[in-house]
Amino acid sequence: MHPAASVIFFTVFSGAGFGLLILMGLATTSKATPTTAFLVVHFGLAFTMAVGGLISSTYHLGHPARAWRALSQWRSSWLSREGVFAILTLMIASLYAFMWVFYDKPIGPLGWISSIFGLLTVYATGMIYAQIKAVQVWSRWLTPVCYLLFSLAGGALLFIMLHAVFFGTAGSFLSSVAMIFMLVAWVAKLFWWFWAGRMVPVSTPGSATGLGSIGETRLFESPHTGSNYLMKEMGYQIARKHATKLRWIALLLGGVLPIALILLALPAPFDAFWLILAVISHLVGMLVERWLFFAEAKHAVMNFYQ
Amino acid sequence: MTSLPKSTDRKLGLVIDLDICVGCHACVVSCKEWNTGAYGAPLSDQQPYGDEPVGSWLNRVHTFEVKPENAPARIVHFPKSCLHCEEAPCVIVCPTGASFKRSDDGIVLVNESACIGCGLCAWACPYGAREMDGAEKVMKKCTLCVDRIYNDNIPEEDRVPSCVRTCPAKARHFGDLGDPDSDVSQLVSERGGYDLMPEQGTKPVNKYLPPRPKQEDLDEPVNLASLAEPKATGFLGWLDDALTRIG
Repeated sequence: MHPAASVIFFTVFSGAGFGLLILMGLATTSKATPTTAFLVVHFGLAFTMAVGGLISSTYHLGHPARAWRALSQWRSSWLSREGVFAILTLMIASLYAFMWVFYDKPIGPLGWISSIFGLLTVYATGMIYAQIKAVQVWSRWLTPVCYLLFSLAGGALLFIMLHAVFFGTAGSFLSSVAMIFMLVAWVAKLFWWFWAGRMVPVSTPGSATGLGSIGETRLFESPHTGSNYLMKEMGYQIARKHATKLRWIALLLGGVLPIALILLALPAPFDAFWLILAVISHLVGMLVERWLFFAEAKHAVMNFYQ
Repeated sequence: MTSLPKSTDRKLGLVIDLDICVGCHACVVSCKEWNTGAYGAPLSDQQPYGDEPVGSWLNRVHTFEVKPENAPARIVHFPKSCLHCEEAPCVIVCPTGASFKRSDDGIVLVNESACIGCGLCAWACPYGAREMDGAEKVMKKCTLCVDRIYNDNIPEEDRVPSCVRTCPAKARHFGDLGDPDSDVSQLVSERGGYDLMPEQGTKPVNKYLPPRPKQEDLDEPVNLASLAEPKATGFLGWLDDALTRIG
């Protein structure tokens, strides 16, 4: 599948932004009494990443001006549901943040509701891909699970990074939580990759043409000498040969290095510096992971072209 | 509304005979010709005379080689367009309601003025029946020539999809596949018409008729070249035989 830059950027940054919002929704249970600046920066970063990602996702549309129509089909379409959930999350979280920042009244239940809608938003993002049967490698329950876990891992990392910036330290409890999220997310992703490698294609040139019962089927002559939309959009092949290396890069930058930096930051006096590095490394690793998610995925239509 | 209708009154669709198709691409061209001036935006081409021509087409003919285990390979021309599936995966993913399946005749259409060009329907279709138009940035697909089949302004024999009307080999048939007595349904049951990629669970309406089996009493391919060799008779024939015997 063609890896559209706007969609990769959207899923990574919005994912982490919503992850941070989800955790902020639960933050009223914390004993710490945050300063106004702390809250403004937390919510500000979360909203910037979530909204920035959403806006970037409209850049791959043919008609961005009609994007509002995408909110109408929530009964059947996961893409529509994602839009609806995202807007509801942002509205509820805005109210929650507003009450907390300006009136110093953190309303716990409102935060929980915003967390629930944040989770639903990220789940819907994963389901957009998981519902596409024609891309077998995506069409698994593990796909939305990975999206959710990466969102929480990214959010938790941002959360402790900002903690360290404001309080000088992230504390061992929050750091452990962030490391556990990171670990679980990457274990899930490793399983996702492992099972992807063991998949037997459900559709083949034989089943696509129905000629498989007669004999081995292969494309003899393509329908045209040039390319077409389908081949560009579904037949993306560039850098598949580097897939294994890129998976290692994604894992190291996205998971291993951030965990190592969190551990390094725990005893160090300059927590924030290491944690900012951890965030940058994680986001770069996630961009690689997301790029692979698209570039490695094979679409059933390619059975007509091989 | 992008929920699928529970059932449709009729199931209009195509039956394509792979035994007869000669791969002339007339259906491809006639489809483009009709649909570029008919329902919705034109079917544009990008760089039609340039180095890398590319454009929107709603019907394409692929050509496959099929190699049975103990027989020579054979060539099958394979026209492919929207199958107007009963469980159309392209329709339910549409976030705007632009994609829909009609409950009266089962045709899957795109309301182009509501299409945001997100491309998700093209991803959802395992058959590659949808192509984003490079100029208009909306999704294009086979309409089953909805503007021909109900059109009272054209002669009655023309009220079939353009590809069916033009096929010089009569490899394409149009009709109601929901009616077991229709000509197309009869054809499907007689010839063992089948679905493409049934494992995708899309329940396509269009059916394909398999190529008929080749003559089975031929153990090995006939050497056609030998039949064309001139046979000498008379004195030359005697000489030919004699020389063959010596040699």
